[in-house]
Amino acid sequence: MLPEVEQYFRIEKLPHMWCPGCGNGIVLHSLVNAISGLGLNQDKTVIVSGIGCASRAAGYLDFDTLHTTHGRALAFATGIKFSRPELNVFVLMGDGDCTAIGGNHLIHAARRNINLTAIVFNNHIYGMTGGQYSPMTPSKKRATTAVFGSVERAFNLPELVKGAGATYVARATTYHTALLTNLIMEAHKNKGFSLVEVITACPTAYGRYNKLGSPAEMLKAQRENAVNIKDLRGSNGEVPEGKVVIGELYRAEAPEYIEEYLAAVKALQEKGGK
Amino acid sequence: MMPARLMQGNEACAEGALAAGLSFYAGYPITPSTEITEILSRKLPARGGRFIQMEDEIASMAAVIGASLTGAKALTATSGPGFSLKQENIGFAALAEVPCVIINVQRLGPSTGVATAPAQGDVMQAKWGTHGDHPVIVLSPASVKECFMLTVRSFNLAERFRVPVIMLLDEVVGHMRERVELPAVGELNIINRRKPEVEPHRYVPYRAGDDKVPPMACFGEGYRYHVTGLIHDENGFATEKPDAVQSHLKRLQDKILLHHSEIVDSEQVNTGEAEVVLIAYGSTARSAARAVRLAGEEGLKVGLFRPISIWPFPEQQLKELARKKVKFIVAEMNFGQLALDIERLVGGLCPVHRLNQVNGELIKPGTILEKIREVY
Ligand SMILES: Cc1ncc(C[n+]2csc(CCOP(=O)(O)OP(=O)(O)O)c2C)c(N)n1
Repeated sequence: MLPEVEQYFRIEKLPHMWCPGCGNGIVLHSLVNAISGLGLNQDKTVIVSGIGCASRAAGYLDFDTLHTTHGRALAFATGIKFSRPELNVFVLMGDGDCTAIGGNHLIHAARRNINLTAIVFNNHIYGMTGGQYSPMTPSKKRATTAVFGSVERAFNLPELVKGAGATYVARATTYHTALLTNLIMEAHKNKGFSLVEVITACPTAYGRYNKLGSPAEMLKAQRENAVNIKDLRGSNGEVPEGKVVIGELYRAEAPEYIEEYLAAVKALQEKGGK
Repeated sequence: MMPARLMQGNEACAEGALAAGLSFYAGYPITPSTEITEILSRKLPARGGRFIQMEDEIASMAAVIGASLTGAKALTATSGPGFSLKQENIGFAALAEVPCVIINVQRLGPSTGVATAPAQGDVMQAKWGTHGDHPVIVLSPASVKECFMLTVRSFNLAERFRVPVIMLLDEVVGHMRERVELPAVGELNIINRRKPEVEPHRYVPYRAGDDKVPPMACFGEGYRYHVTGLIHDENGFATEKPDAVQSHLKRLQDKILLHHSEIVDSEQVNTGEAEVVLIAYGSTARSAARAVRLAGEEGLKVGLFRPISIWPFPEQQLKELARKKVKFIVAEMNFGQLALDIERLVGGLCPVHRLNQVNGELIKPGTILEKIREVY
């Protein structure tokens, strides 16, 4: 491991529990690079995660770390951030964790525009429980509970959280690690609810059931299927069939929840109200 | 003492929480507990605390745990359906040993039931509602003043033992108004969690001394430790090693068992000479107290045993009465949840009669008096 990121890991907890070829470790690397690049105080940074393969990441990182219940990471994180706004709070979730069981907390964290940085590891499937379809499984793709191909439609996660009120939304893949690091840094700098979706390969479940080839081939597909939003802007703006748009997708200004709360309290106290 | 005031049970809970040092509240409105949420939305912010109405009860419980990990004294209040929703995260707090208080103002269930009617149907849910075997502390007030005092005590117990503490009110106790004289904050004994005294690199987050309660660091203070709902070792990291699993779960049991006498609480009225002893808690205990007086007027020797801590149950005190060969009548607004445990504890030493009413109405003193006459 590179010495500049080593300090952010609980080295004694490695090797990690993820399968060979899993992209989760790549996401972690970008995350700690971002934390390092931002120069965040390690003692004042908290990592919160849900339940699933991705959420196991919390245990490997040397911060105050909270591995919560399935789907609830954002609600736990809301308690931490609201109680101690000076802490930097990153929330790591799987796609099922975040958009299925945790969907309600997701839209409400976005609606409040609370200053949290959410990172969604999108492997398009429930990895930990062995490969059932998730709300992020594309239509017609296979899973152990969709052996003939999913008949459901997947969420467009960036549009979902944008609609709900998030003020920073971005997407990268585990192929585009430099971009991912930058996006996480920008997400964290945004004062409000930020979400970075990361396309990450699950060769063991999603890859195998959908015949997507080796981990290397899945990574290559990430490169080939990605279109940077900057390149799209020159064209008619339409996303070509089968392509995934990456980059900074949305940014907006809106009141941040805790700032609004504290300002309201201050105003009340100045008026002498109780 | 503060000047006497007319106060509602739910309001007394809110005041008790503030007196105990509440700094974080997360809740979701539900009858008959809503007043607690409303009152704290007005009072907590001005005192520098944090109030948030979350998107549901699951989120409220989660936010409370998150806040507590940063050092906050945190509370949530709910009723029936909301209490059901909180269960998974209550288990998280129990396993990860995160102090917090949950007030459940019981209403008639199951399901939406009768939203405005009193009931005592959550006695067993409070004990076993979350999956897995774990000890709990559950307190049940029977008056407005006790709502205040027991809320303070709930925070003290939560902080002292690093557990979620549940307050079980019922609709009658939550909504009734009484004239109360409350102690001033300076007159209360307030307990705060014990913090680690070692350097961060020497901190072993789940290593406990003889009292079985590990010191607790706050997030953001440089200890950089891991908290998980997976069964963990002393270092806080997941383990499946049978010895480590068993010893962790055993310690959770032991930290309550060891301090049983410090936790249990009960009240007895007229039990000295009694031939019949009523057992009742919450609003039912108020009717029972009246029934004791009415029976006395008829020359019947009747007493009242009122568990204040329902879990752990005041077993010793009950057994002493049982040895005196009294006849027990357990009156509850459910089909015999506590009676079941009392029968077990009494173990045939004396008869245990049940008086169960689940119709959405308070059990009236007259109903209890009839039962007394029947078994006397
Ligand atoms: C309340 C609850 N329901 C179900 C589960 C079982 N479960 C554990 S992880 C998981 C899904 C994980 O999928 P995802 O969130 O996409 O993360 P991944 O494992 O793919 O990283 C499920 C259903 C659970 N732990 N808790």
